[in-house]
Amino acid sequence: MNKIPSALKLGIRRGGLEIRQFARQRESVIFTLLFPVILLAIFGSVFQDTIAPGVTFSQYFVAGMIASGLVNTGFQALAITIPMERELGALKRLRGTPMPASSYFIGKAILIFVSTVIQILLLFGFGIAFFGLDMPTDSSKWLTFAWLVLLGSACSTALGIAFSTVPKSGRGASAVVTPIVIVLQFISGVFFVFTLLPTWMQQVAAIFPLKWLTQGMRSVFLPDSFASQEVAKSWELQTTFLVLVVWLIIGIFFSVRKFKWERD
Amino acid sequence: MSLIEVAGLTKSYGEVHAVCGIDLNIEQGEIFSILGPNGAGKTTTVEILEGFRTRDSGTVSVLGFDPNTRGHQAREWRNRIGIVLQTSADAGDLTVFETLNHFTGYYSNPLGVDEVINSVGLKEKEHALIRNLSGGQRRRLDVALGIIGNPELIFLDEPTTGFDPEARRAFWALIKTLRSDGATILLTTHYLDEAEALADRVAVINKGVIVEISTPADLGGRAISQATVQWRDGDQIKSEKTDNPTAIVSSLAARFNGEIPELVVTRPSLEDIYLEMIGGVHEQDSQRA
Repeated sequence: MNKIPSALKLGIRRGGLEIRQFARQRESVIFTLLFPVILLAIFGSVFQDTIAPGVTFSQYFVAGMIASGLVNTGFQALAITIPMERELGALKRLRGTPMPASSYFIGKAILIFVSTVIQILLLFGFGIAFFGLDMPTDSSKWLTFAWLVLLGSACSTALGIAFSTVPKSGRGASAVVTPIVIVLQFISGVFFVFTLLPTWMQQVAAIFPLKWLTQGMRSVFLPDSFASQEVAKSWELQTTFLVLVVWLIIGIFFSVRKFKWERD
Repeated sequence: MSLIEVAGLTKSYGEVHAVCGIDLNIEQGEIFSILGPNGAGKTTTVEILEGFRTRDSGTVSVLGFDPNTRGHQAREWRNRIGIVLQTSADAGDLTVFETLNHFTGYYSNPLGVDEVINSVGLKEKEHALIRNLSGGQRRRLDVALGIIGNPELIFLDEPTTGFDPEARRAFWALIKTLRSDGATILLTTHYLDEAEALADRVAVINKGVIVEISTPADLGGRAISQATVQWRDGDQIKSEKTDNPTAIVSSLAARFNGEIPELVVTRPSLEDIYLEMIGGVHEQDSQRA
């Protein structure tokens, strides 16, 4: 008798399958991966002024787009597609096999990470080609960028899986999830310069991870001189790290405890 | 020890008593069928055995495990069972081969993908996307996914709903092959001819209790119930109910001096017996009320 495969091995196997399935849904692939590029094209064309010496709005906006891309691709996509999988009976079928929940979660995390990276690369290419995007040259900035993407993607995945139990039906999921994400984008400094928002709005936004991801991405793509224009007069990278870790733990906790394989 | 042992099983949803004390033993190597009208408690019972639902009281052992077991033991347990569910509409963007090949990775000793594809008759569709399969083909894929792990115990829930007669025959042959390969099969079905063709024993469930457990031939005293002998006498069709059909047939044979015109000997069909059984419970129930 052979041993049953480990949860990690099955998770990697599921990741491959998830990517294959995703890649075959052509409309969804194009929309998901190009959405930030489309937004950059619109906002970059409308707002062509500089918001600080040497800082274009496009530069500011790319930071916000990468951060909200992490939320769209992870949290939003999972909180909408998992209820659909549940409704179609796909999850119940998986539940009947020896595959553990953790493998399913790992598979989703792999899918989200890979699609996020592709999305970011497309945004870079488009931003450099058409909107004069300045890429960081400092290796410490790239290190910050790397942990922000990794931690942000993991956090977004865990929260998306956790939130997937909230929508009552697969069809209704989008109506529940999308407004939450849009409101978060508006109050977290993705579309507007964060410091221009009313204080109470800034404080609400500071509870959620998107504000911190956006601010962290600004630390990568804006000159350090811009830090003095942040609310705290600094990039607050340590706080960002802590907030993301706390949300990651919350996400994993509810995913493990509350995940539902079937509709009630 | 039986492969499945159930004693005193109950389950309620709020005020609705879905299962009201079921006892059941299913032996290694048998095809056991559960019959019953919608809402009788069939699905609840089977889903408790599959570990999809919790029970309110009673004891349940499936392959020596409590289906409520969680963690690594549950994985070891699921590694030995196969479940064919009622509905599915998932993973339409993968091919038959890809899906089965992926599922082999979940089990310790899976069957070969080609072997399974052949046995469910999907060879010519193995590289088709699942969303392009017909209803019957999709159902055969469901069965393939249920058996790919080489299970000792297979749960089949309404497996041939939507099949054409030819596909049903082929499917029945497949189930018999699985059994002769050593699997134990628990079949829930609406089709009495299916239970009759496949099952070694059937349990009729109604209103959350077992009405009878028996072989299809003996159910409801069917084997010893009166036979009907029918024949043509001149321009008339005559029939007679009897406990001794052989005696009647031989006296008729003597009378006609050989072949009896349009001779038919019947006993109540499984369907007749079944309808009487579940109708009987309905009557008792209305008397109580």
